[in-house]
Amino acid sequence: MSGTDRKKHLGSLALIAPLLVFIAVFFLWPLATMMSQAVSDTAVLKLLPQTAAASRGWDPETPPTAEMKAALAADLQAVDDRQALGDMTRRLNSAQAGFRTLMSRTTRALRSEQVPDLGEIDERWDDPRYWQAIVGALSPTTDRYLLAAVDLERDVSGEIVAMPETASANRAIMLRTFWVAALVTVACLAIGFPYAMLIASTDGWKRQVLLAAVLLPLWTSLLVRTAAWFIILQDNGLINTILVGLGLTGGPVPLIFNRTGVVIAMTHVLLPFMVLPIYSVLVSIPDNLMRAAASLGAHPMRAFLRVLLPLSLRGIASGSLLVFMTAIGYYITPALIGGAGDQMISSVIAFYATGSANWGMAGALGIVLLIVTILLYAIYGRLSSAEERRG
Amino acid sequence: MSDLRIRFDHVTKFYGSLCVVDDLDLNIAKGEFVSLLGPSGSGKTTLLMMLAGFERPTKGRILVDGEVVDDTPTYKRDMGVVFQSYALFPHMTVGGNVAFPLEMRGVGKAEIAERVAKVLDMVQLSAMRDRWPAQLSGGQQQRVALARALVFEPRVVLMDEPLGALDKNLREQMQLDIRALHNRLGLTIVFVTHDQSEALTMSDRIAVFNKGKIEQIGTPQEIYDHPQTRFVASFIGETNLLEGVIDGSAGNSLRVRLPDGRQIAAAASQALSTGENVLVSIRPERIRLDDLHGGENMLSARVADSVYQGNHLRIQLDQGAHNFVVHLDRKAEQHPPGADVVARFQPDDCWVIRA
Amino acid sequence: MRLKTKTWLCIGALAAATGLAGVPAGARDLTVVSWGGTYQDAQRDIYFKPFSEKLGKPVLDEAWNGGYGVLQAKVKAGAPNWDVVQVEAEELELGCGDGLFEPIDWDKLGGEDKFLDSAVNECGVGAIVWSTAIAYDADKLADGPQSWADFWDTAKFPGKRSLRKGPKYTLEFALLADGVSAEELYDVLSTPEGVDRAFAKLEEIRDDIVWWEAGAQPLQFLASGEVVMASAYNGRITGINRSEGRNFKVVWPGSIYAVDSWVILKDAENKDAGMDFIAFASEPENQKKLPEFVAYGLPNKEAAGMVSEEYEADLPTTEKNLEGAISLDVDFWIDNSEALTERFNAWLAQ
Repeated sequence: MSGTDRKKHLGSLALIAPLLVFIAVFFLWPLATMMSQAVSDTAVLKLLPQTAAASRGWDPETPPTAEMKAALAADLQAVDDRQALGDMTRRLNSAQAGFRTLMSRTTRALRSEQVPDLGEIDERWDDPRYWQAIVGALSPTTDRYLLAAVDLERDVSGEIVAMPETASANRAIMLRTFWVAALVTVACLAIGFPYAMLIASTDGWKRQVLLAAVLLPLWTSLLVRTAAWFIILQDNGLINTILVGLGLTGGPVPLIFNRTGVVIAMTHVLLPFMVLPIYSVLVSIPDNLMRAAASLGAHPMRAFLRVLLPLSLRGIASGSLLVFMTAIGYYITPALIGGAGDQMISSVIAFYATGSANWGMAGALGIVLLIVTILLYAIYGRLSSAEERRG
Repeated sequence: MSDLRIRFDHVTKFYGSLCVVDDLDLNIAKGEFVSLLGPSGSGKTTLLMMLAGFERPTKGRILVDGEVVDDTPTYKRDMGVVFQSYALFPHMTVGGNVAFPLEMRGVGKAEIAERVAKVLDMVQLSAMRDRWPAQLSGGQQQRVALARALVFEPRVVLMDEPLGALDKNLREQMQLDIRALHNRLGLTIVFVTHDQSEALTMSDRIAVFNKGKIEQIGTPQEIYDHPQTRFVASFIGETNLLEGVIDGSAGNSLRVRLPDGRQIAAAASQALSTGENVLVSIRPERIRLDDLHGGENMLSARVADSVYQGNHLRIQLDQGAHNFVVHLDRKAEQHPPGADVVARFQPDDCWVIRA
Repeated sequence: MRLKTKTWLCIGALAAATGLAGVPAGARDLTVVSWGGTYQDAQRDIYFKPFSEKLGKPVLDEAWNGGYGVLQAKVKAGAPNWDVVQVEAEELELGCGDGLFEPIDWDKLGGEDKFLDSAVNECGVGAIVWSTAIAYDADKLADGPQSWADFWDTAKFPGKRSLRKGPKYTLEFALLADGVSAEELYDVLSTPEGVDRAFAKLEEIRDDIVWWEAGAQPLQFLASGEVVMASAYNGRITGINRSEGRNFKVVWPGSIYAVDSWVILKDAENKDAGMDFIAFASEPENQKKLPEFVAYGLPNKEAAGMVSEEYEADLPTTEKNLEGAISLDVDFWIDNSEALTERFNAWLAQ
């Protein structure tokens, strides 16, 4: 690289510097923080150094020793940062329900009087389960969130085992999320591809109207759209009134509070993300390719299968990817239109992030989703670069 | 007429209220190479599109081998079409493109391979068989398109300005190649072009289009030497047009009086009566220059400009009402600007057209 | 050329710096955050606007949908952009323990004994008493349900019913339907067997439940006839009766009431003005106006006594309505919310 070239290079680098800084500060850094939350586990260790030392060598099956209790009492008395205490309590309560009230009772008691034995403040301190939770939280890093994100946990001896079926259903919810996203993608493709062909075959004001029709959902708020679907799909809503009125069905068809409603509403919302990429590929395909195919003896259907479809694959792939990835993150629509069995993983993440402030769990679930999304993107990248080489 | 392949019977095409093809009749024989020549918008491409089945005539009918094809969809018409923009399938190799029409016809794999190899050999692209269209030059792509249109031995090959996108040298080479293929395979070709020299070079017959109608149809020689209308005379090649009035006739030999009173002897294929207003077309290369006065069919003039154009000298004469253009042999005597000369032309070369 | 490169670098750095430092540093006005909708509209009329006039400065109000993580994130980030927030009892308890809230200056409020016991907290002052109860449309169902056992009785009352998606309230209602008495309710729920029992009871009507998530939904479902009965916030039920002329009935026995409180976020910029605002909103003269707009009970005893009989009949704090009503056990839920939500999600997913 010559000197001038290098300067030009630096110049262009400087031009995109704001972008790079923006991405680093507002995207990469929060992402890294979130991911580190999923494996970092210092909330307890930071506040309980004496307890950590005292409980070394303790057999988790046996009741806690007097030294451990004394060390914990000393540790707790030394804490003056209430927010750090809160973080520790939340971490412990997440491993063993009950720590919330146990901790607030204990710290209150320790503040007012000198109590030699914790067991006298609350009998739960004699229960090994609570101490197992503390000991299990003394390592600075943890895999418990990542394991829990896929319904696994470590038992007392440290072996990875499946959680009881009633305790957690992240795996099932995640699989369902992918399944619903796939259904929506297929539905969007089934509607979006012919629609994109229709747009591409028109011109002038007709094309503008058709494009506006598909873009319209993007201009209205998600909640309004979802509420509109509720009105249309409910038992005495528009569709069912027409169906019953025409005598096509005996009673109302269940369209809401089930998978059907979710797929319909999400398909509507996400349709533009399918139509636009396909449309942009279709308009770039010269008209005369289909004419050529016809002149060479191809029936319109075969011409479509052999010429138009393969040439629009790139648009189909981008559209499907966009729809699928966006669909994975949906939770308002499934929550409002769907039934009990239609909850998606994002609502679980939202519960941990905003509801219970369990950032570790939210981060771990986020990581699992991110990995799947990256895998999909990698597959897409392979497909489109294969296409590139040919073109 | 048993060797009639295509017949346009009073074919008319409207786009909205715009008449693009106007009550047109045209017959094309088997094995014939017919060019549809005309300026853009004259209806020639529309006629081709109707023949291919991409468009439907508003009125009239099209017959191929005696059968009306207006209700036959394109894919059943058995016509090879070569487009100006090649229209190769970008996601298929050269071989795949050429094999496509055979696959559509259910030809067996082995036979496909054999016929594709043969036709690629014919257009000298055997080595490119596994390349993608995007990897070929324009001329190579057009040859693939040609091979693809020929490989299934269609009844008719339709070409829509196929050489328009190529540079001059390649275009002239391709003109000869296509002509050679036509002669060798006995193809029926309908060739749309706006390039008159291309039409003259390649065609058995040329149909000159203007405003949706055929102005004149005939062999290249007829079209060039004996144009029937002012449009044809001026559209095909360069010519000098003199206005005049018929003064008298004897058989095919006519006497035309020019506005300045002089008379010239001329020829025509149509009967014209005395007093009729006419145009006399004289091709620049049929004019000779000297400085001897006297004799018939001459005009005195002064040389306005003289340009050396490689294969000929182009001389512009300043002759009052008529700005004559003369093409002389490049080795002819020099006529510097300002020189007084006499332009002479044979009565046979003065072609009379009804004004 | 060298100069040019430098210039570009400067421009890039400048652009980046301005982009990052684009947050205005001026003083923020007092920001009060409540639960939106018609409730917040009423609060704006009777609290925010008058207080703003008294203060001589604007009072900003924002809406939120709850979530302890939201509060925690704001306080942890430092310099929260909210000052006063109306929180649910659990959030009050958790946030107070975790040091997310400023302590309340009870002297400014005229002493703790002026308020209901459940409205007094180290970190918060009760704003309203609200209840979750069975609602049904009396125009469609003349002889409506009287208890949670009726709610579970799909033979007597055919049709779908709606419950809030989540373990809180749902598990309590299931146990009540299964015959657990109000007094023993949380003792039973605190045992693993009690939780199993609640889920088993839920299983009985699993296919008849339409789950709601936003407070307006259950009433929408009732109005459209989608469900025959639903659990709903009492203020919303009375609200829709008044605004749309509906005849929705509230079943008070078996309803669960809780207190929402005003808190001040730790190290909030306007914490003093915030304290003054809370005192203003707790004055009987101001608070007594609330039931005209929304049927929520008043934590200030004096204010509660000033409510006219017409409005009093709809309040959860009215003597008659408190019969058979249950106070939400906040301690139980702060301990068990996460584990039971996981289990509830797992149950839903089955």
